[in-house]
Amino acid sequence: MRFIFPAIVVSLLVGSPVFAQDVTVGAIKVAQPWVPAPPNAATSAGGYVTITNTGTEPDTLTGGTATIAGRVEVHEMSMDGGVMRMRELNPGLVIKPNETVTLSPGGLHLMLIDLKERPTVGVPIKGTLVFAKAGTAAIEFKVEPFGTRVPGDSARPAKGSGSGEDTAKGSGSGSGSGSGADSAKGSGSGSGSEAAKGSGSGSGDGQAKGSGSGSGK
Amino acid sequence: MNNDEKLAPSIRLMRRIRIALWAAVAVALLMLGMLSTGINPLRDLSLDKLPFAATFGGPFQLTDKNGARFQSSTLDGKPYAVFFGFTNCPDICPTTLLDASNHLRDLGAQADRLNIVFISVDPERDTPEHLRAYLASFDPRIIGLTGTAKEIADVARAFRIVYEKVPTSGGYTINHSASMLLIDSKGQFSGTVSFQEPQPTQLEKLKRHSQK
Repeated sequence: MRFIFPAIVVSLLVGSPVFAQDVTVGAIKVAQPWVPAPPNAATSAGGYVTITNTGTEPDTLTGGTATIAGRVEVHEMSMDGGVMRMRELNPGLVIKPNETVTLSPGGLHLMLIDLKERPTVGVPIKGTLVFAKAGTAAIEFKVEPFGTRVPGDSARPAKGSGSGEDTAKGSGSGSGSGSGADSAKGSGSGSGSEAAKGSGSGSGDGQAKGSGSGSGK
Repeated sequence: MNNDEKLAPSIRLMRRIRIALWAAVAVALLMLGMLSTGINPLRDLSLDKLPFAATFGGPFQLTDKNGARFQSSTLDGKPYAVFFGFTNCPDICPTTLLDASNHLRDLGAQADRLNIVFISVDPERDTPEHLRAYLASFDPRIIGLTGTAKEIADVARAFRIVYEKVPTSGGYTINHSASMLLIDSKGQFSGTVSFQEPQPTQLEKLKRHSQK
């Protein structure tokens, strides 16, 4: 008797992923479509999904629909020397035979444009993905909380707290980056990119290029 | 009758050389004088390092999220971080604004020592009203600014950031510089923060920046 409640909970937990909209149309398998709730009043939102081509021919994701959006386009974001670049994939995203492509934050994404209403966590968005060969897949986007980067994972870690402090110290270059900033001053912001490199050395990742782009102008 | 006309060419040449030499002496003395005041002319002699230098990015005038005119002098005397983006941006703009909101919260009382500014590079769609509604999802201390197309172009140039409209089948999207620029309390560029850096690194940079 006392196992019934846990059993129900477990079945719900285990069962729910089954509802996570894995859809097959022709040789195309579509898994885990999701949308992070966008900020208030946003007129567009990114949509993400994993697509597998189990066939022997390439297929192309040409676009789709979503009930709450005026239109859905396939876009790609990329970083180019500190500049974020966006482009629409036209005529679409090619998925080769036996290839799995994951659309995720920071790269390929669906753009849900002209939102008629704000996506709400817990309220799935019905829609379609259209493939040149396989045809139309009916899907449901799961709406994840605002700030989600990985579906199912909670929002972008909000607080640094203990571990945050450790990591900050861990980059011990904490002071390194301090001197980086100093050297930035030394070289004068007249040459923006030099200055950027100065502070870039601090934490040693791409952001040196970040404002390098600024000076690229 | 001009004296010069009576002089032989060689004497005129010597006079010119003498003037040039005195000018060189004057420049050398000026540089020595700068050294004695702590300015190293060989290292610091770029326009914006001199005491009378203009501030990086400013001065500028834009419109805030409440529709009021915003003078960059409002930012004077405190370090600030400025980020350019647009509200139709699906990923890095909300991510950066969310990170910034978390950092402001984590900075606690120290957050009062710096400003965070968001400037739209999409003045066509990002009206003050829209910006206000959008920024309601973030820390209210973030200063949201928009302006006319020309004002935005001018301020972007002043901050040396790039942006460009990219047509899509349904409208347009925008490429833009993605880093947050750090400007110290003297109005000088002092570094960047990228949304690609780990959040603790970003927070640490803002902490240090709040003391500049």
